[in-house]
Amino acid sequence: MGILEVKNVGKRFGGLQALGDVNLSVKENSVHAIIGPNGAGKSTLLNCLVGKLIPDTGSVMFDGQSVLGRAPYEINQMGISRVFQTPEIFGDLSVLENMMIPCFAKRDGAFEMNAFSDVMSQKDVLEKAEHMLEEMNMADKRHMHAAAMSRGDKRRLEIGMCLSQEPRLLLLDEPTAGMARADTNNTIDLLKEISDQRDITIAIIEHDMHVVFSLANRITVLAQGTPLVEDDPENIRGNPKVREAYLGETA
Amino acid sequence: MFKLEKTDLSLLVIVAVLTMFAPFILNPFPADSAMAQFNAGYPDLMQRFVIFGVFAIGFNILFGLTGYLSFGHAAFLGVGSYAAVWMFKLLSMNVVPAIILSVIVAGLFSLVIGFVSLRRSGIYFSILTLAFAQMMFALAYSVLTPITGGETGLQLALDDPRILGVSQTAGGNIPVPSIFGLEMRSSAELALGAWSFTFNVGYYFCALIMLVSFYVAIRIFRSPFGMMLRAVKSNQQRMNYTGLNSKPYTLAAFVISGMYAGLAGGLMASMDPLAGAERMQWTASGEVVLMTILGGVGTLIGPVLGAGFIKYFENIFSKINSTILHEWFAFLPDGLEDLLVNVLYPFIGKGWHLTLGILFMLVVIYLPGGLVEGGQRVNGWFRNRGAKKSTTKTTPAE
Repeated sequence: MGILEVKNVGKRFGGLQALGDVNLSVKENSVHAIIGPNGAGKSTLLNCLVGKLIPDTGSVMFDGQSVLGRAPYEINQMGISRVFQTPEIFGDLSVLENMMIPCFAKRDGAFEMNAFSDVMSQKDVLEKAEHMLEEMNMADKRHMHAAAMSRGDKRRLEIGMCLSQEPRLLLLDEPTAGMARADTNNTIDLLKEISDQRDITIAIIEHDMHVVFSLANRITVLAQGTPLVEDDPENIRGNPKVREAYLGETA
Repeated sequence: MFKLEKTDLSLLVIVAVLTMFAPFILNPFPADSAMAQFNAGYPDLMQRFVIFGVFAIGFNILFGLTGYLSFGHAAFLGVGSYAAVWMFKLLSMNVVPAIILSVIVAGLFSLVIGFVSLRRSGIYFSILTLAFAQMMFALAYSVLTPITGGETGLQLALDDPRILGVSQTAGGNIPVPSIFGLEMRSSAELALGAWSFTFNVGYYFCALIMLVSFYVAIRIFRSPFGMMLRAVKSNQQRMNYTGLNSKPYTLAAFVISGMYAGLAGGLMASMDPLAGAERMQWTASGEVVLMTILGGVGTLIGPVLGAGFIKYFENIFSKINSTILHEWFAFLPDGLEDLLVNVLYPFIGKGWHLTLGILFMLVVIYLPGGLVEGGQRVNGWFRNRGAKKSTTKTTPAE
């Protein structure tokens, strides 16, 4: 029994069957990669997990509870944090404030009318946010405008924001898309560190095979909306079916 | 003090000093000089300054923090006015219960309208609020005449019950709004040489309420709740995927700003106990948007400045007529005088909207941060000059 159990999930957009019959089990504390060619349904699957889309059929269970029909913020409060393809941060706010918001969400829940106390007087939240910034090596940038940072730093901040919520499952949607080699390697190192040091499960959607094989200890290959194989990285590498899905039949 | 940071506290103190000494500051010219018409220190106008200040401060909590642009906030102001006048008719002429009721009623209306309008964001939200406000205006103007007084507006009458007060005074007049016996319209005059200053009870009452509103707004801006509202403006997607429900946050901001509008409406009715539907019209809603943008969206002091600026123009510029212009340019040769007067004429009197429009365009194009940004630039410019001077002074050391 994995922490995330996807059973017979299907999703249709008009005439397009985006997801056929997806079964997926993500084991606790593993790094599970979902790969597949363009249009394989990776992003649709991810959106079904976080509440952005509701699948037509099947069930999605997180830690024994169904996530279907819940709003994204409710699913997040259950312990699933999501990192986006292009970093989604609060660009108009300072880096420290960016880090404090998830800490407030963790402490106070989805809504709290705390309108009369000073933000800076919330010592527990402030300390936690400062601590997290230090862990992410961003303490010197704390008063910077978040939008003014480099792409790599934004990604780092976003991951830090997700981690400060102490999620049990971290979902990453092509975290290194559009990044330079150096930034990609930094992100790989960061994710490795996170999975080694924390009690956390990581599910990652990725195009870049370098990233996938450096991180994952379990891989699911999606093609045309259905899982082709699920196996360990060593076996995926040499699997003819996978080569076929990626490179076409003639390859 | 007041649990505020140093900069916020000094801002509050500055605003407090300015409002308390406004009768002096706004009357810089001797009473019978030619410039006396630029004096704004008369009670009626000063009251309007602070009342619209309250309105704009509240509007800024919604628009400045969450970025949701409401085009229907005048509706809450109008509702607040009606509620206050009804309180004068039914209960007593004391302004305190009237203002409390106007805030509550405006809060309830904004809860309902906000709940529906906030289902959409961006331009659709603006259109929804506009539609609601126009609907309320139309209803108040026609169908709801028994409650709102229709075209003539809601007025006090000699046969109103006023359970806790008197229906009419001993002299057979309608009583006037007061606070525990102290009449809102009573004033004290102070003549100093050629100058004369008026201290009005109503003004100081409104000014104190504005200071409290300003203080509350500062606290909201600096609170975790205020931070969440800025997060709504910045990135709602990230907010929802960070376990935060943005809907109650925006609704709370909407209701708070609606209550501020109701407070402003109640104060208006307390200064002059009648309420008309035109207060709810879309032009009135547009005015508070202009005030906020002109002063500086999302800044603390901006909306207050914007409100003062627009009300000053409305009341002072609109009073200049061609006779006054001719007087000013009487020293010029006749032909030139007529030419100059004709050139300036469209911009004054009833043409003050044109002047305001041009100023508004200039501010939006060159100072997107409003008057506050203008102030900051001037300040920075002076500091730079000061810094340069001090360096040039210190270099020739011999």
